[in-house]
Amino acid sequence: MNQTEAGQPPSLYAIFMAFALIALVSVGGGLSGWMMRDLVTRRQWVTSDEFLGGLALAQAFPGINAVNLAIWTGYQLRGGRGAAVATLGMLVPSIAAAIAIVSVFSELNHIPGVHYALAGLSAAAIGLSLEMGIFAARQSMTGLLPVLITVATFLSIFVFGASLAWVIAVATPCSIAAAWWHMKKAGRAESDDHSAT
Amino acid sequence: MIILLLDLISVFAPLSLLTIGGGQSIIPAIHSQAVDVHQWMSNAEFIELFALSRLTPGPKTLLVTMIGWHVGGFAAAITASIAIFLPSSVLMYYLVRLWARHKGSVLIRAISQGLAPVAAGMVLAGTGTILRAAEGGAWAWAVAIMTTACLLYTRISPLLLLALGGVVFIVARP
Repeated sequence: MNQTEAGQPPSLYAIFMAFALIALVSVGGGLSGWMMRDLVTRRQWVTSDEFLGGLALAQAFPGINAVNLAIWTGYQLRGGRGAAVATLGMLVPSIAAAIAIVSVFSELNHIPGVHYALAGLSAAAIGLSLEMGIFAARQSMTGLLPVLITVATFLSIFVFGASLAWVIAVATPCSIAAAWWHMKKAGRAESDDHSAT
Repeated sequence: MIILLLDLISVFAPLSLLTIGGGQSIIPAIHSQAVDVHQWMSNAEFIELFALSRLTPGPKTLLVTMIGWHVGGFAAAITASIAIFLPSSVLMYYLVRLWARHKGSVLIRAISQGLAPVAAGMVLAGTGTILRAAEGGAWAWAVAIMTTACLLYTRISPLLLLALGGVVFIVARP
């Protein structure tokens, strides 16, 4: 379980409010980017390594990334209850907002400029995702193989239009095997050092 | 009404478990189910709801909540939301528990480390795909890249940057 600077994990109420606020400000998208800014940089509830590990799992497994990430982070903070509260914080206020918006939609749509404002907002929100992608790439570039895997994953989806399921099925085992091999090698080098000294 | 609610569950609960790599991946399936198979709405209505869901705070998959509202009001909206979010969440919960239990093991560490470069590639590709489809063409690219630069090199609040993006588009009307 994670500790904040005060030495105590945040209360369930604090977790709920944090996720509710993240969900409600994330107009236009870029939810994971908002989560990283708030939970890692601002509140420092989880480290960036923990967060990115969770992000990768959230993407590799079924479910909406942001919701999976809320379950992951909530669990790190306060176990099962933390996960439940984080998920509810992410979903309940935004479901209410969705219902409110769809029920007044016909009125909203007639205001001139609304359409453009929202398109511009979404474009800016893409910047949030991009920042996050750059950050994640920097963090994971620990050697030649991880760099190659990041580039290959990007190219196969973005340029060659490969389906996500296939990319996950091929890239993930390769990448895990590479990390495993790297760890074994590092472990062996370490034990050699010990025997030498 | 009960039949409609069961229909919604039978469409969205399986999709919940097919959402790999984020909500974008099931949009085509939602479209064919809502418009062609069940004829809950016309294609134009679907596009309208889709655009609206992009502008709603929170996960973009709230499109499903809106479809529920459109076909059956409040009860249907809630039912559809539970159907799309609950199955995958339960799966993820058990996975996270398993993870925490074996936290220090070499295998789990290798999986975490190995997943990170794949995640980075997927985030970048996903961002590029959305940008390619974004309304406004070159204006959208410019706003997105400027926003990224500001986030990386300045301490300007992201909310302010979002608002700026909106203002740019209102003025430029791309």
